[in-house]
Amino acid sequence: MRALVAMSGGVDSSVAAALMLEQGYDVIGVTLKQWEGPDGSMPTAGCCTLADAEDARRVAAQLDVPYYVLDYVDEFTEAVVDPFASGYLNGLTPNPCIECNRRVRFTALLERTKDLGCDVLVTGHYARVVEHDGVFRLGMAADDTKDQSYVLHMLDQSALSKIRLPVGEMRKTEVRARAAQLGLRTASKPDSQDICFVASGDYRDFLAERHPEVAAPGDVLDMEGTVVGEHQGTAGYTIGQRRGLGVAVGSARYVVDIEPTEQTITIGTYEDLLSDGCFVTEMSFTHEAPAAGDSVSVKVRYRSDPVAADIIAVGDRWEFTFVEPQPRPAPGQSLVMYDGEFVLGGGIIVDGRRSVTAVL
Amino acid sequence: MTIYLDHAATTTIRPVALEALDDAIARFDRNASGQHAESRLAKNALEEAREQAATLLGTERPHDIVFTGSGTESDNLAIIGASLGAEGKAIAVSEVEHKAVLKAAFSLERFGYTVERIPVSPAGLVAVDLPGMADRSQLTVLSVMLANNEIGTIQPVREIAANARLSHPGVVIHTDAVQAFNSHEVTLAATGADLISLASHKFGGPKGVGLLAIGPGVRIEPIIHGGGQEAGRRAGTHNVAGIIAMVTAMEAAASDRDAFSERTSAERATFESALTAGFPGAAVTAGRSERLPHISHIRFPGVLAETLLIRLDQVGIAAAAGSACQSGAVEPSHVLKAIGFTDEASGECIRFSFGWDTPQGEGWRAARLVLDVLGEL
Repeated sequence: MRALVAMSGGVDSSVAAALMLEQGYDVIGVTLKQWEGPDGSMPTAGCCTLADAEDARRVAAQLDVPYYVLDYVDEFTEAVVDPFASGYLNGLTPNPCIECNRRVRFTALLERTKDLGCDVLVTGHYARVVEHDGVFRLGMAADDTKDQSYVLHMLDQSALSKIRLPVGEMRKTEVRARAAQLGLRTASKPDSQDICFVASGDYRDFLAERHPEVAAPGDVLDMEGTVVGEHQGTAGYTIGQRRGLGVAVGSARYVVDIEPTEQTITIGTYEDLLSDGCFVTEMSFTHEAPAAGDSVSVKVRYRSDPVAADIIAVGDRWEFTFVEPQPRPAPGQSLVMYDGEFVLGGGIIVDGRRSVTAVL
Repeated sequence: MTIYLDHAATTTIRPVALEALDDAIARFDRNASGQHAESRLAKNALEEAREQAATLLGTERPHDIVFTGSGTESDNLAIIGASLGAEGKAIAVSEVEHKAVLKAAFSLERFGYTVERIPVSPAGLVAVDLPGMADRSQLTVLSVMLANNEIGTIQPVREIAANARLSHPGVVIHTDAVQAFNSHEVTLAATGADLISLASHKFGGPKGVGLLAIGPGVRIEPIIHGGGQEAGRRAGTHNVAGIIAMVTAMEAAASDRDAFSERTSAERATFESALTAGFPGAAVTAGRSERLPHISHIRFPGVLAETLLIRLDQVGIAAAAGSACQSGAVEPSHVLKAIGFTDEASGECIRFSFGWDTPQGEGWRAARLVLDVLGEL
């Protein structure tokens, strides 16, 4: 059996490659070149840089496995980078890592796995694939502080059957310890937090460079529609954002609405931000779809705990009601449904604006 | 056991060159520019090598040879050095030149130089009458490679040079002969060029050394400044052993040319006919043009070259696609674009290249393995 290991040059995928070898697989390491600077070179800042590819190459050499760089620049640009920019320009808060997983890593690369002579695709994600009676389930990581099942929710049975996530069974500290024990050069390399194609670490810089028109100032409104300040372009804001609003009022204020066509953002109190549900499209399921009336737990942003919700309607546009009001989900982010620790599926939030106060 | 079919990237060092390298390191390991006995030994060996190189390149003036650190450096010195040394500011390069020539030329654009890109035909050839260049009377440097490194096509450099001299008197003509030296006579007279670039490791010498042959009357400004070595044209302490080994390999390659051509073209013929017969639609690029005997560039329709290369590596065949960038990913080829390939077609091409040490029967063995791999895709 042969495993294709997507190696980013980080500690997790380095250890994933080593673990597959220990499990008796032949291993081939690949790094996806997803993004490039002028002149076709790999970027030197952000993540997925030339230095990262070099780390991956060196780890592969240390493990004595073949290693290649695969060119996915066109696919990545079209499927991830362009929609990321246009999403922000349209008042959304896109999640590029999810789109990369959905449209590049676990589609284009997964399809290629067989062509490259491999049986399974391996990544260093923190989540678990569990098989029982021929059904594959996607579970949260053993290390709950590192769980990445949210960004993998789009995996279906066909994908899950060909994917191995060996570090998902371990705690991060164990992964680092194993890397150190194996003498891997990535053992103490810091985790990457950034969006890989945003070199400066601030997506606003990226947008400003590619779309200078984002710097269109506009009004900041309060809940009554009164102008209370000025902003420097709606694309710089996210629903729920509290910092950097440039408005001094007595208590904390949050972005509760973004209207790119009007070039306005609306701010309000925490109570104004609360929502009792949301609408979701482009749903996909790891196995069987739940039905209207089912109760599930949902995550509407990456780093938050699942909360209880009821499925009100299914179809092209799913409707969810939160059991307890939640800070308004940002359109463009994903809603992921869980049954306990297992992912049921998810989709993209199109409307998080079911205001509690409006219902009352 | 690897079947090495990437000799155009770098070929095996010839045993005589390796021996010369070891011997020269042992005997001439001093700075050739010093004022003492050991330096003089090194200097003598260096100048002897220069004389041999000059003879091989058809000039009686050893001073016409400038030793460099690579074929890329030779190309840069030729294009930039000759441009800085000339009066005008117009450069012309064929679209299929090596990146070392193209990027050296484009680097001068921001200093007010104009760079004209001479198109090639779908057969990969530059027209001998340089279409569209008739009025460019102030053309100063023209660069057309002797043979292309990706598809192997041989340019009529001699005719191009003769025509260019008629329409543009005073033009300095450079040819990158890096890939051609194994099989073709490379002299200033035979090529008609004023400047010839060579790289040691392409004909069986060590890496890290190259040369530029400079015809009489051509003014070259240095691009590497320092201690004034190479008559002020290329500073830097001489790589004496590397130079001696390169010239040893040059002699070996020059006397092996006929046999090299015969051997590699025979292997290639078997290889190409087996593949074109065995895989539907497989096509040899520029197959009807005059080509170097050792390069085989083949398109396999419907097969991603990046995938095929990896599968070939798994069964022990070393080949190449496009040109590898810094990260190792395969980049689309500017050469294939220039001869009219779409991006898709260009992504389905592999370069196989044979060498002086390719064993007999390797073409057939390789073709069978490649067909096996293609059958699994």
